[in-house]
Amino acid sequence: MTEPTGKNSPDSDSPGQLLTELTTPSRRHFLRTIGISGMAAATAPVWAQAAQLEAPVDDSEKPLAKGEQRITLKVNGQPHTLNVPGNAVLLDVLRDRLKLTGTKKGCDHGQCGACTLHINGIAVNSCLSLAAMHQGDEITTIEGLEHDGQLHPIQEAFWAHDAFQCGYCTSGQMMTAAAIIKDPNIGADDASVREAMSGNICRCGAYKNILAAVQDARSKIQGAS
Amino acid sequence: MRALEYTRATSTEQAISTHARTEATAFLAGGTTLLDLVKLDIMQPDRVVDVHTLALNQVETLSDGRTRIGAMVTNTQLAHHPRIREQYAVLSQALLSGATTQLRNKATTAGNVMQRVRCNYFRDGVSACNKRVPGSGCAAIGGHNRSVHAVLGTSDQCIATHPSDMCVAMAAIGATVEVQGPSGKREIDFLDFHLLPGSTPWKEHALGPDELITHLTLNAPLGNSKSGYLKLRDRASYQFALASSAVILVMDGQVIREARIALGGVGTKPWRALEAERALRGATATPEHFAKAAAIALQGAKPYAHNAYKIPLAKQAIVRNLMVTGTGAIA
Repeated sequence: MTEPTGKNSPDSDSPGQLLTELTTPSRRHFLRTIGISGMAAATAPVWAQAAQLEAPVDDSEKPLAKGEQRITLKVNGQPHTLNVPGNAVLLDVLRDRLKLTGTKKGCDHGQCGACTLHINGIAVNSCLSLAAMHQGDEITTIEGLEHDGQLHPIQEAFWAHDAFQCGYCTSGQMMTAAAIIKDPNIGADDASVREAMSGNICRCGAYKNILAAVQDARSKIQGAS
Repeated sequence: MRALEYTRATSTEQAISTHARTEATAFLAGGTTLLDLVKLDIMQPDRVVDVHTLALNQVETLSDGRTRIGAMVTNTQLAHHPRIREQYAVLSQALLSGATTQLRNKATTAGNVMQRVRCNYFRDGVSACNKRVPGSGCAAIGGHNRSVHAVLGTSDQCIATHPSDMCVAMAAIGATVEVQGPSGKREIDFLDFHLLPGSTPWKEHALGPDELITHLTLNAPLGNSKSGYLKLRDRASYQFALASSAVILVMDGQVIREARIALGGVGTKPWRALEAERALRGATATPEHFAKAAAIALQGAKPYAHNAYKIPLAKQAIVRNLMVTGTGAIA
């Protein structure tokens, strides 16, 4: 396995720092926040567990401010009770209130796919949802894709195929990929995958490796079942 | 993003009465148009009534052969519904040619009908736009009007295309829009639902105040028909049509018994080409007859500075689709 390049990491000040950085907490934090942390779960289970270890947010004792309402959001199996204004967008609540920053804000208009997550198992853009719309739904973010320290095959395949450069679109790419490979309405051929993934834009242009990763994960899942 | 009061509707009646309380209230379904435009401050509701969990999520076959689609059925659900795939292939294809996996998973049938134009001068919030600020003019007419601007149904007030693919298929199939408002239910013919811009481009549809679309009911499929949707665009996926065609044909050997043609990407509303259909009835399925029908469909087309290419492109979209659907050959 190879590390992704650290050139575009926000905490990479000079090329000379790169090697040491790969093992520093800040690098780890960066990887965790872009949702690739789970990829190293086999060797560093703490990273993978980080999201689950965070305590639920509970605003139920706090008075509601003007314009706020109290909602319950179930994210990665964990219910949170939140006071949110009516215009609170799901993506922003996940990132700013629940500190689940693996889901990325890209265009904020449903055009780039960086914010993709699953609502009741279905991939959607979280930037075009109000948080209050999702009371009662099962919300799964990139932090919830692995199970019991075991990476999702899509995560393993993205790692193995170097299916990213800067990593910013990666969590959204993986969430769409995880949804489409189990969707019987979406073809298994390369053209169907490209079409189904066309709502996830990768500015680095890692599409070739993304496609390879999706198809590899599919064959591993089929081989295992 | 502006402050909003959020209410989740518990019934259609309650959604309508909540909507009627203030003028600046919007129905919220998938959110793919509304929340996009609220973030841009192009749509400015003070309150949203969330209707996405209303029990308007069924696709039913009626006893007269029509198909009744609940307003909240998502674009993905509709595209993959067995009856739609088998009996209305053109609709399934049109839906799957639009937007992206994630957006289709959110977007609803009624929301697709209600989506707003993609004209940049509408979306930028500053240019002259009669849809956004009535009376301010139309920056697109003298501006950049290559991709999402029409050649059919335009006026000197607005030339933006209706962006939907789904609606083009519905225009070809024929449908009824079922709506409910404070004074009860009524039905609107699909072809009368979207309005031409004329001198009032800010009026985009036939809904009355506080009316909510509850269902779209498709006409019964034509017996022994074949149908197809062809979308031509700047890239192979995730792009609005430059020109598209929905065609339905009933063939008797080489003779066309029935034809339905609708166009997208070129009209200010989903564009049914009734006269072109008449020209095909009883004709043999030849490239010459298809070309003649295409010429009739685009007869009244008016090009602007950058979109004259759409006239031949739309003709080709018709001819090629008729050839493939009617004869299996590629023109």
